[in-house]
Amino acid sequence: MRAFEFERADDAHAAVALVAQRPKAAFLGGGTNLVDHMKLGIAAPELLVDVTRLPFDAVEERDGGVRIGGAVRNSVLSADPLIRERYPVLSEALVAGASGQLRNLATTAGNLLQRTRCLYFQDRTTPCNKRVPGSGCSAIPGNSRELGILGVSEHCIATHPSDMAVAMAALDAVVQVRGPAGAREIPIGDLHRLPGDAPQRDTTLEHGELITAVDLPAVPGASAYRKVRDRSSYAFALISVGAVLEVAAGEVADVRIALGGVAHKPWRAEHAEAQLRGGPATEDAFRAAAEAELEAATPNDDNAFKVPLARNTIVAVLRDLAGRS
Amino acid sequence: MEMTITLTVDGESHTTTVDTRVTVLDLLRERLGVPAPKKGCDHGQCGSCTVLLDGRRVTTCLAFAVQHDGAEIVTAAGLGSAEALHPMQQAFLDHDGFQCGYCTPGQICSAVGMLDELNAGWPSHASPDVAAPPERTPEEIRERMSGNLCRCGAYVNIVAAIEEAAQ
Repeated sequence: MRAFEFERADDAHAAVALVAQRPKAAFLGGGTNLVDHMKLGIAAPELLVDVTRLPFDAVEERDGGVRIGGAVRNSVLSADPLIRERYPVLSEALVAGASGQLRNLATTAGNLLQRTRCLYFQDRTTPCNKRVPGSGCSAIPGNSRELGILGVSEHCIATHPSDMAVAMAALDAVVQVRGPAGAREIPIGDLHRLPGDAPQRDTTLEHGELITAVDLPAVPGASAYRKVRDRSSYAFALISVGAVLEVAAGEVADVRIALGGVAHKPWRAEHAEAQLRGGPATEDAFRAAAEAELEAATPNDDNAFKVPLARNTIVAVLRDLAGRS
Repeated sequence: MEMTITLTVDGESHTTTVDTRVTVLDLLRERLGVPAPKKGCDHGQCGSCTVLLDGRRVTTCLAFAVQHDGAEIVTAAGLGSAEALHPMQQAFLDHDGFQCGYCTPGQICSAVGMLDELNAGWPSHASPDVAAPPERTPEEIRERMSGNLCRCGAYVNIVAAIEEAAQ
């Protein structure tokens, strides 16, 4: 591992200034992904700025919704009474991720910024456009069983690994950011990118921008998260679905569906949502909407199974939520 | 770059100067002579390096020591003594909750931290309703312990040991 300097920031301004002025500086949250990358030799920051002791460690009611501090640990967030009562999709997504020990370290901001678990990205002996732009993609002709089927490019088929981010996408979360040019807010759908011809960029954040909080608006209806994986615990998603559904008089009054394990970012199923709104809340309608969404899928032989798996998981989650309305 | 930090480990305060690259795990084992936490995968995947850090179970292989300046750490060796075992340690002995023993210190720290989380009402993936207080079922224990691998496969006895120690 390359030698690096370490600083503990006392306030957000200082943290941002420290990172912004050094191109090879990085913020350090819980470290569960970045420290691993440093060990693997795929990240080599010259300066780490610890942001876990900044005062962004609360979950509080705000404007009818909830504000989650960027430094709140995943385990604490999953157990927060406000989250469990009002946003079960988020609590369920968090406890479906990683292990108890890792959730005790990992932070809200760090979870959003974790990087793909594509085998080739994590193996510096193989070409990878995300790790070394222009070097080629090893996954497209290689082992792609766990990789993307929606929004992929000829340069990258990586998936975003977060469960939490999928739930936040379904909840229309807004990410609060502070950077060298001041504060701004980013709808979560605009935080993560599709790979296009620049898969080295996971997000739209600029260097030195720090996620200070995530805001959740009030949500009508019931919500749930379902994760399908190779073993029943402690594994990344093959497919996951986070959804919010409000049914009135047998019709879909409101629906938000986000998919994990399918794309470079949490995938909002906007086609399916548009097709469902105002229509009957029936299993046939759920299936037709899921199929409409997945028409855009471009799987390969290894991951073609994800298309029917995604369809069936969407139907199962919506059927479950409709049964509770 | 080196920094001077202070950690309390199993009740004893240590002030030491470390390279920023040193993990809590390597500091404990290689510098402070505390070999209870084990290095298995060194990538946060196996749980054998689990300790209680400021009261919560964490993997120490993915934590830089300098980030945890001032922390209070309890390892499996600090939970009890040979003369007065911690109830979780005794239960692992009584139920043969191990074979080779390499993962055991991590299993025991994880189990102690896990029961604190359960008693505090934290939900898990095995909880039927995340908004309701969880129950201490074998399913809950298995799910909550999934971050600790045992390649000897002593899982059945580990769950039995944790169930007994919880009572």
